[in-house]
Amino acid sequence: MATKTFKRPDGRKVDETRPMQAKVGVVPNADGSALFSFGDTIAIAAVYGPKKMHPQHQQDPEKGTLRCRYNMISFSVDDRIRPGPSRRSTEISKITEWSLEPSLLIKNYPNMVIDVHVNILQANASTRCAGINAAAMALAHAGIPMKNIVSSVSIGKLDKNLVVDLNKDEEDWEEGEGSTDIPITMTPNGEITHIQLDGRITKEQLKEGIELARKSTKEIYEVQKKALKDSIKT
Amino acid sequence: MKTTRITGERIKEYLEKGKRFDGRKPEEFREISVETGVSKKAEGSARVKIGKTEVIVGVKLNVTEPYPDSPNKGNLMVTSELLPLSSGRFEYGPPRFPAIELGRLIDRAIRESKFIQLEKLCIKEGEKVWGVFIDIYSINDDGNLIDAAGLGAVIALKTAKLPEYDEKNEKIVYGKLTNKKVPVSKEIPIIVTTHKIGKSMIVDPTLEEEDVSEARITIGGTIEGSLFSIQKGNSKELTIEEIKKMLDISEKTRKKVFSSIEKYLK
Repeated sequence: MATKTFKRPDGRKVDETRPMQAKVGVVPNADGSALFSFGDTIAIAAVYGPKKMHPQHQQDPEKGTLRCRYNMISFSVDDRIRPGPSRRSTEISKITEWSLEPSLLIKNYPNMVIDVHVNILQANASTRCAGINAAAMALAHAGIPMKNIVSSVSIGKLDKNLVVDLNKDEEDWEEGEGSTDIPITMTPNGEITHIQLDGRITKEQLKEGIELARKSTKEIYEVQKKALKDSIKT
Repeated sequence: MKTTRITGERIKEYLEKGKRFDGRKPEEFREISVETGVSKKAEGSARVKIGKTEVIVGVKLNVTEPYPDSPNKGNLMVTSELLPLSSGRFEYGPPRFPAIELGRLIDRAIRESKFIQLEKLCIKEGEKVWGVFIDIYSINDDGNLIDAAGLGAVIALKTAKLPEYDEKNEKIVYGKLTNKKVPVSKEIPIIVTTHKIGKSMIVDPTLEEEDVSEARITIGGTIEGSLFSIQKGNSKELTIEEIKKMLDISEKTRKKVFSSIEKYLK
């Protein structure tokens, strides 16, 4: 499938993510917090809660509520972003909730809410994936009972070639079939909690992309796990 | 009112036997009916009914400045309003997540498929282009608004014509449509959403079924086999095998849906 001469703009191998950095406890005020970066894409996340849900009418007596907010810092990109929620950020916030919720034992917290605030400090594509990775670590750091930690990566198709962890140059790829962006979030067992796609791809290639994500999310999971373990070693 | 738990349980029991309340098979769509030209003021419009679910979609055009990153392309904007008229569940006020998501799902399928040939909607590079607005309104929500809106959008676009543009006064003469159609490609993006309820996979849920859906995957693609937009919704994980199965169901359904609306796309 892949063309032999294909080279990624920054010289990475097709299945190689940018250098990852993971750290917990970056916001001392929060109940849990974490930083996760893919190269120049840096996300921080903070967890507040579980706490009583207000307003009261939003309380769910059957289970707790996970409430995520994804927000890009105004100077995280070339063209300044107007502060405040947009249609895009509203959607990504919900996607982040959906990505994380299957890993949480949220049933234990009726009438409560867990707030997760994700901020993108610096963006070079794959921001929602970095945000989800940071948020998953922050939830664990906050001591929320969880079944596991989810890990997120963007799979890209540049012309005909599948790659992992798209950067901005790759997102804007125009040669051949152009760029297809497929952010995927998985549990360590390979269950998919989130998938999106923009671009053009066949069913068979997509299936291949999902397998690639499986491999890559395993590596990301190890990075997240190590950061969490290191934080309690001291 | 949200579907009660007892009804939800019954829906799952039925599905385990491959049955649904309305007698459909799990992978069976309700009847689709389409009407075009539902508004004289819109440059293109359509009404789509899927069972009792109904949406209207209008296409409006204006002449505007292009976006800086696409100086030689027309602009596209898709919005949706979930009207309180269409369901006791919707309220007035700024759009909430479901309305935002609906607009964005349709936007991405149309945009990524390059269904509208935006490069043909450039009047003067960097200065003047046509802007295409696709606005979706729910009239009655009995589940599966997403797929209905997707059909409405492509059919409305297919019927849309450019209004006359008075170059001298830089004004659109609304109401005077030219013979020029909004340029669209031959490949038609069709949006199909597949749901997982218990162990079953279904398409075209009613509102009750949608309420108990644990996970859904919305896919925009063509019958030729290209996929342009995917989004998983709801918070239940899916195995890789389940996703693959949903891709297959979606592909089959896309073909069936396409053949039932094909005549409106000529």
